[in-house]
Amino acid sequence: MSEDDERQQCPPSDLEFVSNKARNCNATGSGSGHPELQSVYLDQVLENVLENVLHFLTSKRDRNAASLVCKSWYRVEALTRSELFIGNCYAVSPARATARFARVRALHLKGKPRFADFNLMPPDWGAHFNPWALAMAKAYPWLEKVNLKRMSVTDDDLATLAELFLGFKELVLVCCDGFGTSGLAIFVNKCRQLKVLDLIESEVSDDESDWISCFPEGESHLESLIFDCVECHINFEALERLVARSPLLKKLRLNRYVSIGQLYHLMIRAPQLTHLGTGSFSPSEIAGQGDQEPDYVNAFAACKSLVCLSGFREIIPDYLPAIYIVCANLTSLNFSYANITAEQLKPIISKCHKLQVFWVLDSICDEGLQAVAATCKELRELRVFPVDAREDSDGPVSEVGLQAISEGCRKLQSILYFCQRMTNTAVIAMSKNCPDLVVFRLCIMGRHRADHVTGEPMDDGFGAIVMNCKKLTRLAVSGLLTDKAFDYIGRHGKLVRTLSVAFSGDSDMALKYVLEGCPQLQKLEIRDSPFGDAALRSGLHHYYSMRFLWMSSCRLTRHGCQEIARAMPRLVVEVIRSADEEEMDDAVEILYMYRSLVGPRTDTPKFVTIL
Amino acid sequence: MANVLGAEHDLNFKETELCLGLPGGAGGNEVDNSPKNTGKRGFSETVDLKLNLQAKETGMDLNKNLENGSREKPVSAKDPAKPPAKAQVVGWPPVRSYRKNVMANNKSSGEESEKASSAAFVKVSMDGAPYLRKVDLKMYKSYQELSDALAKMFSSFTMGNYGSQGMIDFMNESKLMDLLNSSDYVPTYEDKDGDWMLVGDVPWQMFVDSCKRLRIMKGSEAIGLAPRAMEKCKSRG
Repeated sequence: MSEDDERQQCPPSDLEFVSNKARNCNATGSGSGHPELQSVYLDQVLENVLENVLHFLTSKRDRNAASLVCKSWYRVEALTRSELFIGNCYAVSPARATARFARVRALHLKGKPRFADFNLMPPDWGAHFNPWALAMAKAYPWLEKVNLKRMSVTDDDLATLAELFLGFKELVLVCCDGFGTSGLAIFVNKCRQLKVLDLIESEVSDDESDWISCFPEGESHLESLIFDCVECHINFEALERLVARSPLLKKLRLNRYVSIGQLYHLMIRAPQLTHLGTGSFSPSEIAGQGDQEPDYVNAFAACKSLVCLSGFREIIPDYLPAIYIVCANLTSLNFSYANITAEQLKPIISKCHKLQVFWVLDSICDEGLQAVAATCKELRELRVFPVDAREDSDGPVSEVGLQAISEGCRKLQSILYFCQRMTNTAVIAMSKNCPDLVVFRLCIMGRHRADHVTGEPMDDGFGAIVMNCKKLTRLAVSGLLTDKAFDYIGRHGKLVRTLSVAFSGDSDMALKYVLEGCPQLQKLEIRDSPFGDAALRSGLHHYYSMRFLWMSSCRLTRHGCQEIARAMPRLVVEVIRSADEEEMDDAVEILYMYRSLVGPRTDTPKFVTIL
Repeated sequence: MANVLGAEHDLNFKETELCLGLPGGAGGNEVDNSPKNTGKRGFSETVDLKLNLQAKETGMDLNKNLENGSREKPVSAKDPAKPPAKAQVVGWPPVRSYRKNVMANNKSSGEESEKASSAAFVKVSMDGAPYLRKVDLKMYKSYQELSDALAKMFSSFTMGNYGSQGMIDFMNESKLMDLLNSSDYVPTYEDKDGDWMLVGDVPWQMFVDSCKRLRIMKGSEAIGLAPRAMEKCKSRG
């Protein structure tokens, strides 16, 4: 499910102003009998019918729309919403959420803005799960699923989830932090119905707790166990026993402390796996020289249902041929931690005819990308990450690779591409060859870098993307860009919901173009671009429709942001300093603002000021 | 148990056989070499270090730990030993630090021998302290620098006199005994062979290459490591 499909739980202004007008959109009392009683009875019937009908409504957007019809529908929808999605944990409070929705089974909550991932936000900014955990415990003791992204979760929160929610089944933590293996130990031990524990790109502190051993004995309900981001040793014997007693296990992603020999033992116990993260994919250091190598090919051959392969954290490429046999069925392959060459990739990728999702390192060079383009005709999503993420590193991939992909993978919908060199021609080619593009994120790592063939800005390339890719909802721009690029975006990016801007633009006009031109804009994150208060003002008409605006190292001043705060009372305007800076002059280092139903939060750290 | 260090490095350090294992302390713990952004870590106030050490061996102590762990973790302040950012601009290119760290670690992947990691992170535990820390040994050039950094980290502890070259004066038997008899803290480390040694007994670079983790314990407890040191002193004496 793409992030861009999600909407904020409810548009704020409407909630307050749903009027108390007669909600009796049904029969008026007829002449006979007791008119009042009859109308009450009919109301009841209608609400029951509505309740049954609304149960079928699953999409957030549909539900939000239904809740606005009238007060009766609002009430019934609130009773029947079982999956609660909140895109910004500070837009609404736990109390309000639990007051409105009575029967929530699944909670999906997002916290920090994305730029926090790149150390642009001082730590301890907020997004604590704790108040939510406590509120849910009181309001929804039957809660089964929690999915958190960029939230701070403590060990105590994990304990709360396991102890206070008896039927708890699924926990997914994406880019979270604040907890450790001791929290995991408590959680897995007390959560007897656990089906899913997915830890994805989260920071887990090593409290030296053997959490794998803490899963309760007896047959487990585990269907998915993902812990590839956990940077500590695990008890392999306990893991092996766990896998052996989890007949429903379909997804298993190991961390890099699991050697290939250990992987073998797990695979032969779980041939039913559909998603496998292979761990280190290299032998452990203590394996003896003379030891018999297990038959890895056999292990992979046994996994007939494998469709998604990842891991390869410390890959020894000699072992790669073992996976040949599953390539034909793979729909998703993640090599983004495997520093392999084009030659090492080719024998694999040439067998991956069904591949739809491919994550890889730029170590495969343009040549490797050409090989991808030659075979992967079904490719929907491509991500090319840099081995050496520095501005001045060598760039093994360039416009050549991008062009090849655009020509070979016509069904491409989503691309993230890190490179050092790019041309407008290649970007324009992609815009024409891949009309289905929904997500286009190009990161030219050198700041302000122009088209390396023509020396021109990259305006035309990005312009072509917004013009030709009619379904585009997410865009990230880079390279040398003038205001013209943003003019294009404002004119043609009518469906764009998420826009990331860095080191771009010449003047306030650029931001104006975007704020005035993109009606669907929800998430705007900008850094190091020359936009000031005037530009900020040009978005006043739109900020209530957005989830957030982030601007760091731009040209904003405190009184400019204050103006916004005064003009828009339902906007929370946070001015954030780097943690060690003193309160300085009028210049604003980081602006983070978002709509909210509940006003300024009460848990701000010292370096945050809410205007 | 023969110290393999001397043989490996082809130096005349066969005499430096100061390797007594700490009872129950060794383990097969490999050092965690992945540099992390430790600025965001959280630690529980009630995580008892000793219990943690025992928990590796028996499951029972773990339960005790589970009952204790019920307080919110205060997030630690920025780790003073964080390596300097390689990129000139913070957060650019926009690659998550987790991924950056993994790549830095795996730079020489494809080679079967030791990875040429750009950092040498080792865990540091201090008896009585509620949480573990990590330091990058390659940030320091001498024992004195390490000592200063550790002192800042665990401010209630002082590392004994390191002498002019920053090494414990093993030549002086009585000084050594004083150090070990005092209630001052003494740093010890686990080397590649799993043996626990007193920090300062080998040249700095050799220490960096062989140290897998550090433990700061009371001098009196470290006495168990010292007999060999004493022998060495005597033999030179």
